[in-house]
Amino acid sequence: MHTLSLRALSESLQNKSFSSVELTQHLLNRIEKHHSLNTFISVSKESALANAKAADKRIQEGKASLLTGIPIAHKDLFCTKESTTTCASQMLANYTSPFDATIVNQFATQGMVQIGKTNMDEFAMGSANEFSHFGPAHNPWDSTRVPGGSSGGSAAAVAAGLTPLATGSDTGGSIRQPAAFCGVSGIKPTYGLVSRYGMVAYASSLDQGGPIAKSAEDLAYSLQVMAGFDPKDSTSADQPVPDFCSELKTSLKDLRIGIPSCFFSPDVDEAIQDSIKAALKVFEGEGAELVEIELKLQPYWVPCYYVIACAEASSNLSRFDGVRYGHRAEHAENLIDLITRSRSEGFGVEVKRRILTGTYVLSAGYFDAYYVQAQKVRRMIQDELLASFDNVDVVLGPTTPTCAFPIGEEIANPTQRYLADVFTVAANLAGLPALSIPAGLNENNLPIGLQLMGKPFSEPKLLGVAHAFQQRTDWHKAMPKEYV
Amino acid sequence: MNWETVIGLEVHAQLNTKSKLFSGASTAYGASPNAHTSFVDAGLPGVLPVLNKEAVKKALQFGLAINAEINNHSYFERKNYFYPDLPKGYQISQFVRPIVGEGTLDVTLSDGSTKAVSIVRAHLEEDAGKSVHDAHPTFTGVDLNRAGTPLLEIVTSPCMYSAQEAIAYLKTLHQLVRFIGICDGNMQEGSFRCDVNISLRPAGSETLGTRTELKNLNSFKFIEKAISYEQAKHQDCLESGKTIIQETRLYSPDTNTTHSMRSKESENDYRYFPDPDLLPIFVSDAWLTSIKDTLPKPPSDIKAELQQHADLKEDDISFILATLETVSYFYSVKEQSSASAKQIANWMKGPYAAALNEAGLSFEHPPIDANILGDLLSRVTSNKLSSNHAKTVFSKLLAGEGALGDIIASGGFESSFDQEQLIAIIEKTITSNPKQAEDYKNGKTKLLGFFVGQVMKQTKGQANPADVSRLVEERLR
Repeated sequence: MHTLSLRALSESLQNKSFSSVELTQHLLNRIEKHHSLNTFISVSKESALANAKAADKRIQEGKASLLTGIPIAHKDLFCTKESTTTCASQMLANYTSPFDATIVNQFATQGMVQIGKTNMDEFAMGSANEFSHFGPAHNPWDSTRVPGGSSGGSAAAVAAGLTPLATGSDTGGSIRQPAAFCGVSGIKPTYGLVSRYGMVAYASSLDQGGPIAKSAEDLAYSLQVMAGFDPKDSTSADQPVPDFCSELKTSLKDLRIGIPSCFFSPDVDEAIQDSIKAALKVFEGEGAELVEIELKLQPYWVPCYYVIACAEASSNLSRFDGVRYGHRAEHAENLIDLITRSRSEGFGVEVKRRILTGTYVLSAGYFDAYYVQAQKVRRMIQDELLASFDNVDVVLGPTTPTCAFPIGEEIANPTQRYLADVFTVAANLAGLPALSIPAGLNENNLPIGLQLMGKPFSEPKLLGVAHAFQQRTDWHKAMPKEYV
Repeated sequence: MNWETVIGLEVHAQLNTKSKLFSGASTAYGASPNAHTSFVDAGLPGVLPVLNKEAVKKALQFGLAINAEINNHSYFERKNYFYPDLPKGYQISQFVRPIVGEGTLDVTLSDGSTKAVSIVRAHLEEDAGKSVHDAHPTFTGVDLNRAGTPLLEIVTSPCMYSAQEAIAYLKTLHQLVRFIGICDGNMQEGSFRCDVNISLRPAGSETLGTRTELKNLNSFKFIEKAISYEQAKHQDCLESGKTIIQETRLYSPDTNTTHSMRSKESENDYRYFPDPDLLPIFVSDAWLTSIKDTLPKPPSDIKAELQQHADLKEDDISFILATLETVSYFYSVKEQSSASAKQIANWMKGPYAAALNEAGLSFEHPPIDANILGDLLSRVTSNKLSSNHAKTVFSKLLAGEGALGDIIASGGFESSFDQEQLIAIIEKTITSNPKQAEDYKNGKTKLLGFFVGQVMKQTKGQANPADVSRLVEERLR
C-alpha cells in the first residue's frame, strides 16, 4: 500500500481493495515502526482513524473525490486544530491553534486523513532539519545523514513510505532541497498561488506552501486542491486555478530548456553533474532543445536572500513574546525581562542568529546599505530570470550542489551550509514556480535532485515536463531498501 | 528676551468603521475585555491582515476635505517594538509614503482672522490594545478590543504660535472629521487624541528650538493647560541658561504638570520596512472621483450657508454648527416651517437645549421631531399660537402628553382671534389713546411698550408680543 501513487491509492479505495481505515492503520504502524527516523512531531492516531472511517463512509455513499480517504501529513508550521502546531520550537512546544490553515481545510474538505505533523527546522530556518527542538529527522537512505530542510520530516516521511503525501513550505528551497536529498518530488508554487493563511510565517514575501509526494503526477493532484485565491491572504493571486494535470500528456518536442552555466560549476558534485547531464540526454532524445543561458546575478542570490529573509523573520517572530501564548519564562522581574527571557529560552540558536541578522539589517544606519540594497538586487534578479523565459520554456539544473550530508555538519558550520540553497533561492526571490524531482543516485546510493524552474503560474508546464521525464525514467520509483 | 512658541500637532482620529483596519472584528467601544478580538487582532501564529477598504475611503475623504495631495500609490510599513498591548510586536502603519500628503485647514481665530494651518501628512495605522492594571492583584491584564482599530494620524507642520491657535485648529479639525463622518470625535473614549510638539525660540529667529513632545492628550482643556505649563517650563529653562532635553512627556491633569516619559536616547529604533503581508494601496482616479462626488459638506460650507440668513448672529451659527445633528435638525425645521431662521435658532438654543440638557439627550436623538417643532413654530408665526402658550405646549409635547394638535385643542391654547382681529384691536387701542400716539410720533418711542401692554391686556396675553410690537410700530410710523 505504501508504495502506491495517489491515483493507485484512490482506485484501490474506490474498488474496495482496501479501506481508508486499513490504509491509515498500515501507515500508522509504519510510522511507529520507523519511529527512529523522527519524521513526525505528533501523530494523531485516534482522529486519523475516525476521519478514515468517515472517509470510508463517504466512499461508500459515492460522494468521494479523488483524494478522499488518503492520508496526508502536514509540516508542523501549518496551523491545525487537531494536535499541536509547534514549528519545531520550544516556543510553541505546547501550542494548539484555534483554527485550521486554509490549505489544511482544503485537504480536509476533500476527505483526506490528517495523520500527523512532520518534523522541520525550527520556524523553517535551516537546510538539514537539525535545528528542531524535537531532534533531527533522519534520511531514510542513510540514517546518519540529514533529510535536508526545512521540510525534512515531510520529505523523509514520503521517502520512507510513511505517508503518500506531505505538505511543506519553501522560503529558499525548503521543499525542493529535502525532496532532492530524500529522492522524492516536491514543488514550490508561484508566489500567491497557494494561501499562506495559517502557515506560520518565516519570511512573508518568500514563503510558499506546496506538496511533497512520490511523483509529478501526485504533485499535480495535490496542487489542484491547495491552489486558489484566499480572501484571508492579501498576497494570494485572485485568478482562476488552472488544471495542473492538463499538460501531463504533452510531448517534449520543441520544448526549450534553459541551462544556466553557473549550475554546472566545479563546486557541484561530479555525480550530480553526471546525473543532470544524463537527464538532459533523455529530454534531448524526446526532441527538446537545450539552450545555454547566462544568469549573471547568480552570485548575489544567496546574500540577497539572507538579508531579506532575516529582515522579515526578525519582525514576523516578534509576536512570540511570552505574553499571550507560547513559552513564558518564569520568575521574570519586569516586562523587558519577561520578553527577553521568554525569547532567549524559547528560541533555538539558528532562529536567534537570523533574528539578530534581520534586526541588524533593518537598524537605523544599516537599513539602506543592507535591506534597501537587497530589495534593489532582488528586483534585478527577478528581471533577469523573467527575461530568460523570453527564450526558454523552463530552466533546468541540479536542485543542490551536494547530496545529503552527515548529521552534525550544519550545526558545526551553519553559514557554510547556507550555500546548500545556492540553486533554490532564486525561485523564491523572483516568486517563480520550481520543482525538484529525483534524477539519480550517487556512489553512496544517495538521491540526486533535478530542479525545473518556470515563469509565474507555469505549474502545468513544469509538472508536464517533470511527468514526461518520470514516464521515461524510474528514479522516482526508487526507495531505500529497508522501507520498500 | 521675547520668546516665540512654536507648536506642531499630531492628532490620532479613530476612523468610525464597523470593523477593524485588518480584521473583521467589531470596533464598538465598551465591550468586555477581548470580546472584540479576532485571531488576527491577537496576533496568533499564522494569521494575516486583510485591509478594510472602508478605512481607506475615509482617509481619502479627509484628504479631499483638506484639499490635500492624494498619493494614489501608498503602502503599509511595520513599526517594530515590543509591548504587551502590541500583539504582533509591530504596529502596521504608514511611514515613507502616507495615503494623504500635504493639505491645509483654514482656521478662524478668536480675533476673526483666518489662519491656514499646514497639514504635512495623514496616514493610516492600527491602534494598539490596552494594558489593564487593576483586573488582577498580581498580574497585568491585556485587553485587545482596541487593537487593530483604524486610526488616521494627522500631522501639522510646526506652524502654530500659541495655545489658542492650537486649540482653534484642533476644534476646527474635530468639527471637520465629525462633519464628514469619518470619526465620532468622542474624546473621552479616545477617538480623538492629540500629541503636541512644542519648542521656543527667540522672537524673530528662523531656526526652531529643541522640542518636547506631550503625548496622548484627550481634552481641549488639558491640551491648553499642558501647552501653557510646558511653554512656561521651556522659558524658565532657557532664561536660566539651561538647554532643553528633547524628550517625550506626559501631562498629569491632577497636578497640572508634565513629567518625562522617555528621552530621545531611549527611543526605540522602530526598524520600519514595508509590510510584506499587504499589497500597496492603489487609488484609482475613478474611485477618488466617486468619493469626491459624495463627500459630505464640510463645516466651512455649512457656515457660509448659514451666514446667508442675515438674522442669524455669530453665536447662533456656532450653536447650530456644534454638531452635524444640530445642523440637520435646524435645516429640517427650516424646511418644514414658516418660522424665521432666527426664531428656530432661538428655540433650539433656548427651550429645546434646556430640555435636552435636563434629559441628558442631544439632537442626535431629539425627543421632539423636527416636523413637529416646525409645525409648532409655524403656528406661532401665523399667530395661531402665542409664544407663551407655545412654551407650555412644548413642555407637554416633551412630557409625551399627546400629539401637537390634540394638546392645543384640549388645552384651549389656540388663539381666539386671527390676524385681522388683532389688527382691529391694535387700531382701536391707538385711536383710544390719541395723546400717547401723538407723543410717540414726536419721538417718545418708549411709549411702544405702553401700546403693546394695552394690546396684550386686551388679548388676555394670547397674542405674540413680538408681532404686536411690530404691528403697532407699523401703524404709528
